[in-house]
Amino acid sequence: MDRLAFLLATGLARGAIFALFALSLVLIWRAARIINFAQGAMALVATYLAFAVTGMTGSYAAGLAAGILGGAAIGWVVERGVMRHAPHSTPLAGVIVAIGLVMVLQSLLGIAFGPQYRPMAAPFDETPIFVGGVPLLSPYDIFVLVVALGVMGLLALLFTRTALGLQLRASAFAPEVSRMLGVRVGRMVTIGWMLSAAVAALAALLLIPTELGLNPHSTDMLFVYAFTVAVVGGLDSPVGALLGGLTVGVVMSLITGYLGSTVAPIGVLVLLVVVLLVKPGGVFSMREARTA
Amino acid sequence: MKRVFPRLTGTRRVLVFAGILTLLAIGGTFLLDPFRNFQLATAAAYLCAVGGLTLLIGLSGQLSLGHAALMAAGGYGYALTSNALTDAGVDGVVRFAVALVAGVVAASLLGLLLGLAGARLRGPYLAGLTLALVIALPAFTSVFSAVFRGDQGVQTAYSPVPEFLNRLIALEQWQAWVAIGVASVTTTALVLVRRGVGGLRMRAVRDDETAARVNGVAVRRVKVTAFTVSAAAAGAGGAVLCFVTQSVSPGGYTLAFSLLLLVAAVIGGLGSIGGAALGAVIIVVLPWLLNVLAGALELPTELEQRLSGNLSVLVFGVLLIIVMLVRPTGLAGSWGVRRRTKSTHTSADAELGFTASADRMPGSDQAPNRQSPASTTGTTSNPSKQFLAQER
Repeated sequence: MDRLAFLLATGLARGAIFALFALSLVLIWRAARIINFAQGAMALVATYLAFAVTGMTGSYAAGLAAGILGGAAIGWVVERGVMRHAPHSTPLAGVIVAIGLVMVLQSLLGIAFGPQYRPMAAPFDETPIFVGGVPLLSPYDIFVLVVALGVMGLLALLFTRTALGLQLRASAFAPEVSRMLGVRVGRMVTIGWMLSAAVAALAALLLIPTELGLNPHSTDMLFVYAFTVAVVGGLDSPVGALLGGLTVGVVMSLITGYLGSTVAPIGVLVLLVVVLLVKPGGVFSMREARTA
Repeated sequence: MKRVFPRLTGTRRVLVFAGILTLLAIGGTFLLDPFRNFQLATAAAYLCAVGGLTLLIGLSGQLSLGHAALMAAGGYGYALTSNALTDAGVDGVVRFAVALVAGVVAASLLGLLLGLAGARLRGPYLAGLTLALVIALPAFTSVFSAVFRGDQGVQTAYSPVPEFLNRLIALEQWQAWVAIGVASVTTTALVLVRRGVGGLRMRAVRDDETAARVNGVAVRRVKVTAFTVSAAAAGAGGAVLCFVTQSVSPGGYTLAFSLLLLVAAVIGGLGSIGGAALGAVIIVVLPWLLNVLAGALELPTELEQRLSGNLSVLVFGVLLIIVMLVRPTGLAGSWGVRRRTKSTHTSADAELGFTASADRMPGSDQAPNRQSPASTTGTTSNPSKQFLAQER
């Protein structure tokens, strides 16, 4: 029972990170109708940047800020430099270009930093607090939950309560009409990419201290999890990303806890197949069919 | 090519040309040293998988990032059957043939399952699902390590050169012959599928599912068939690779390898089997060439270690992006376009499916955008007219 409570609690913390990363996929999806397969690699570049800044200044906050800003900058570069020029007539072209980007970024990181794992220190204690004799969340897990939920809240405010959010939504849902009404759709798409890449960088920054460390492939699994979350939650829905993220986090935590970590990727695969076969629109989405 | 033997047409023409190319390739092995022959055998094995992948993406419009896993299924099917037959005292050609068929069947079954899931999905979702599959492969082999032997993989018995050829050729050359044989059968089958009614239906589904359905094409069945055929080809490639290297392990079929197959298909030109051959040779030769170059520069050891592996991935990534942005038809596209504009009115873009899909891309909440001026005034054409043009 203690173990179950512990697994559920850590699953929630891990799930918040997955949800955050999935939210970044949803942001790009809504802005540009692309599933960005390069999101993990882009976030990883930002994480290396944060790692370097923290190493130089000794301050976690400076690294965090640098990582998030760096993430936004990468989003800008990728959108303006590459993605904007991909043929938009088919979703496959965007996916293939993004995969090319993954290969470029990961190999550049590998050439620059080598294949070894660089441990990243967490800003808070990672040993769980005991509540009534049951080990639950660690202070770092609480920090993760607060940051993730806070960022999601801020994004919700941005999208529903500000003029910029209105323009972002308008250009995502009806680009032609928005353009006629004076919304600079191209700029909105760029802003969407920057926001999304910054959120993804934050998610990677939160995750990596709990994992083995920083390595050119350390976000591969995060992307697969987040993709699963986006599929479970429905790509159009930020709320779906949150609920899906928490669900996948808890399920994965239970699988890892009871069956071992080697089984986790199989668990993801089974979850994906089941959701896609039973409810291809996503569990938390009301939409009928999934169209690319 | 049309000018050579103009009286030969249809399936017979394909078979004759396949025979000539195979004989040329087999003759070519006499000019190569053992290492080159080994590379040739590897390229032939890759060709099976790349051919399957290019058919899947270029013709049916389904993107798979998991063809390495399908190759692995073929490899494991081959290795396990081959070992079982060795224990039963069977060897030689019979063992190879039965094990090859087992590998192809194993990959086809996995492909059928994926295809059933994929038939309900479009591009990016299927890509994500197959990505998860290839990432889960090491987990599968270690969870079922009693059968698949974990990271270590399965070793197969050594297959020597048959006695009547023993004096004439070395082992590597024999392996190249077998690989070329399997690759030629596989690619010929793929070419026939591409030319036939099946290929026509796949293009119909790719260009406009609704129009295809209205014209009586069973969309889901076509998609599942495409995936299964593609998986069978990949399985043959995996089986041949296992025959050449005498082992199969999850370390050989990583995500990176899967992406390499995609690179080969894209660089060669999606949908083109000739392009697939070009792509398969490039993904074998270029990494080796880059390694040789990096070795010749006498770099510091640490830098050289970091460059090895990464440099070729970097080059391939850049190539992938450039080809996709600048020339989505790939290397095979150039003369393909010229030929096609002469005979029919379909553009290379239409061949690749880069038209007509524009208006069904967004989700259901974008209904007003479906008939946006950009997509209707563009290259969207009447699909049925296109099929008629391509049928000739």
